[in-house]
Amino acid sequence: MMAIYKLKTPISEEDVRKLKVNDVLYVSGTIVTARDQAHRRALEFFKEAKPLPVNLEGLAVFHCGPVVSKERDKWIAVAAGPTTSTRMDIFEDEFIKDFKVRVVIGKGGMGKKTTDAMAKYGAVYGAFTGGAAILAAKAIKSVKSVEWLDLGTPEAMWIFEVEEFGPLAIAIDSHGNNIFMDVAKSVEENKQKIYQKLGITP
Amino acid sequence: MEAAKKLEEVAFNILKQAVIYLPDDVREALKKAYAEETSATGKTQLKAILDNIELAEKYQAPVCQDTGTIIFYIKAGAKAKNLDKVEEAITSATRRATKEVPLRPNAVDPFTGKNSGDNTGKYIPYTNWEIVPGETLEMTVMTKGGGSENVCVGGMIVPGEGIKGLKKFVIDAVVKAGAQPCPPNILGIAMGGGADISMKLAKKALLKPLTEHNPDPEIAKLEREIFEAANMTGIGPMGLGGKTTVLGVHIDYAYRHPASFPAAVAFNCWAARRATARINADGTVDYLTHKLKW
Repeated sequence: MMAIYKLKTPISEEDVRKLKVNDVLYVSGTIVTARDQAHRRALEFFKEAKPLPVNLEGLAVFHCGPVVSKERDKWIAVAAGPTTSTRMDIFEDEFIKDFKVRVVIGKGGMGKKTTDAMAKYGAVYGAFTGGAAILAAKAIKSVKSVEWLDLGTPEAMWIFEVEEFGPLAIAIDSHGNNIFMDVAKSVEENKQKIYQKLGITP
Repeated sequence: MEAAKKLEEVAFNILKQAVIYLPDDVREALKKAYAEETSATGKTQLKAILDNIELAEKYQAPVCQDTGTIIFYIKAGAKAKNLDKVEEAITSATRRATKEVPLRPNAVDPFTGKNSGDNTGKYIPYTNWEIVPGETLEMTVMTKGGGSENVCVGGMIVPGEGIKGLKKFVIDAVVKAGAQPCPPNILGIAMGGGADISMKLAKKALLKPLTEHNPDPEIAKLEREIFEAANMTGIGPMGLGGKTTVLGVHIDYAYRHPASFPAAVAFNCWAARRATARINADGTVDYLTHKLKW
């Protein structure tokens, strides 16, 4: 049965391990956006032993390129839904290992490598509804800062202060479960039934 | 108002309408899906979508942060005036909307990777033209999200496989797309013509309201059949499982070469944004899909 959790950053490994797939999570505290370019740069920084602009331990990383506007020197997140997470699959296992983020927020799910890293180091994937950009923006109470703006506004690292950011459907937990992989498996089985119904020979 | 200014005003208004207010037919389909969805996780996703649609309206903000690639469809009366000013007006309306709505800048030079910052660039916004009899000018805009664009497919079916081959082509595309195009989706499907023509027709079919089905009963039946089959996949809202994978299917076609059977599937995300206005011969403007709220 699905349970509802509300966690505040920094989130401990112990707390994150309580979450199971299909649970619903709301996060309060600090979340940091990172898309392809920010992931790549963060991992380079780690290799060169350069500190990141913000310590990510216990925080949530958000796959998002927001619509932002600047009013009197103050950034405002206007719309901030998730982007497709699969593009970050090539970075995420190392990202989780190096920076100890506890929650990865995105849409569309992630693969086996990320699922394994989440099980090993203690992190979850929270699916935020794709396109629900205003629902997300309204949970963002302030833009604390922006780093790496040279990557362009969608790819920069935005540091958001959030209150009950969600609902996040826990789609990958820290016990090796992955809803997206389960759904893909049953979809493949259903496809054979559909072929039959439509009279298609595979 | 000066003619060029009026064209720009109308283009700006429909663009702003499209990104903020989802068309009624899409909204109704999402509400129905929410009522009928049986998966608990799927239901939370549809609830978030419906809440988000209301919030976008309330705050007059774009319904999705990916304000898409901006595509215009112009149905120009052969005797309509100022047709030479349309594309320029569309470009300046796009720049203005990017700043004022605001929209996310989504036009990137494929060579340098540089974002133009104002949603304009070579061929972008893209304008499709159709010349019809009369004096009016009908302008439609579609703002097309990247996630659903990434899974659009065009291909060639073996002509001997016929419509059965088309069905397999579509189901395989839906299964492969999975969670990526932000389901529940709308499918535009087209065949015939040529590789370019089928894709163009498929994408244009996404402009049809969900309440409208193909007037040809045979094609309407095929739309229904593919709709039901796609919803049997179990992909569900946001790919988290459930019975709502597509909200609707529109099919169009052109005659084909005897040796070729081009086919195309265009996906639209649930945030299926479009708006239309008509400029009449006397200069008055009718907003056909949305009420003008500003």
